Amino acid sequence: MSRLLSLFSSGLVITDGAWGTEFQKRGLAIGEPADVWNLTRPADVEAVARSYVEAGSRVILTNTFRGNPVALSAHGQGDRAVAINRRGAELSKQQSAAGVRVFASLGPTGKVMATGEIDEQRVTDGFRIQAEALADGGADVLLFETFSDVEEARLAVQAAKPTGLPIIVSFAFDSGRNKDRTMMGVTPETAARAMVEEGVDAIGANCGAGPESFAQICRRLKDASGLPVWIKPNAGMPSLEAGQAVYTMTADTFASHLPALIEAGASFLGGCCGTSPEFVCALVRAAASCVSS
Amino acid sequence: MADLQKLYDAVLNGDAKTAVAVTREAIAENIDPLQLISGTMVPAMDEVGKRYEEEEYFVSELLLSARAMKGSLELLRPLLAERGAKPTGTVAIGTVKGDLHDIGKNLVASLLEGGGFEVIDLGADVPPEKFIEAVREKGAQIVCPSALLTVTMPSMKTTIEALNRAGVREQVRVLVGGAPATQQYADDIGADGYGESASNAVAMARRMCGVK
Repeated sequence: MSRLLSLFSSGLVITDGAWGTEFQKRGLAIGEPADVWNLTRPADVEAVARSYVEAGSRVILTNTFRGNPVALSAHGQGDRAVAINRRGAELSKQQSAAGVRVFASLGPTGKVMATGEIDEQRVTDGFRIQAEALADGGADVLLFETFSDVEEARLAVQAAKPTGLPIIVSFAFDSGRNKDRTMMGVTPETAARAMVEEGVDAIGANCGAGPESFAQICRRLKDASGLPVWIKPNAGMPSLEAGQAVYTMTADTFASHLPALIEAGASFLGGCCGTSPEFVCALVRAAASCVSS
Repeated sequence: MADLQKLYDAVLNGDAKTAVAVTREAIAENIDPLQLISGTMVPAMDEVGKRYEEEEYFVSELLLSARAMKGSLELLRPLLAERGAKPTGTVAIGTVKGDLHDIGKNLVASLLEGGGFEVIDLGADVPPEKFIEAVREKGAQIVCPSALLTVTMPSMKTTIEALNRAGVREQVRVLVGGAPATQQYADDIGADGYGESASNAVAMARRMCGVK
């Protein structure tokens, strides 16, 4: 068994749901980077982490998705990157009960390498600083999520390797007619092969679409990599009500996709944008009835 | 003689180095800059847009082509000014308040420049006042607010409301865009148009300025 799956006692691992939308319910202003709350409003961060543990998540993430120094610099917070990330890992760790693992969330820099907007050295340094701080804070695994550029993902993995922690890279397949390309045009096969070359412990897909399009992606990632697959769909696509984006998919509808995703080879299953602890509860129930039936 | 097919291919293939080199040759030969833009570069970018619509190209290819075109335009711009060539129109573009995602906005800005527009790039996290200022002080005829996040999309609405309150709404056209935007949303918030894709946004802007 892989060192990643050996962290868990059995089968499909139900992970957590969205954090950003939970923070908005707690008053996070639009445009305010949630990651800063690790320092300014730790009780709210802990409350969200705890809500997922209580819902039955066996993996909780950290509030560090935009914690890359490059991304934080856009908010004038670049010099607080180490503290924000270390504290983010500590806060999730403090709320993780027995059998619950903390996977640290690392998002992309938001800059485009192909056009020379940012050079390799800055990308590498940014991920190295973030990965080290998350490891220091006690993260069990490093999860790079919502990536669209394979080259950026390669640098991220290389920069994080020295921490010695297991590494997962998850891409957002939100483009193309069949929602099977990343924004940069990367297919599941291209992503999988590149990440196998980099020696990651698992590969995944998150965000960009609702659960219905993830089974085919999951299968293709699995076939092309032979690795455990991490899956986190959105709660469908948002519809607009009075000018506000609203996710209307119910938790049960979301969870009804679980058998197809298991069939497609998913090892980890949770939710991205628009999901909440209620969605995790529904996944846990669906997983239990799947095992018993 | 400068090889214009080579320039066309360079833009199409996102080869900035070659695009700039051929443009230099063309300038040395006193070629009409307007002809170079409308006869070679705009058709090349139209083909890039077409390949994007057909999913042969993705965002990375669009960005590289836009960069190649930009390199060439930077050389041509002073010549255009010398000849007193007027831009197709003046556009103020920015990612709305609260949103820092600028990949899509940058792409549309580059394509608009390539389409002959004067582009005032207001950057990301742009408060409505900045858009108003661009209309009042810089004569922007089109305002393009962009948003990537569903949570920041309502800032497009507040931008339009602010233009209204400032009394400048009547003198500009508002063209919205970004991943979560839809025609329905554009209609709901009282925008004049919605750019479904980057190349579509340029076509819309041209129409708004009375150019085909």
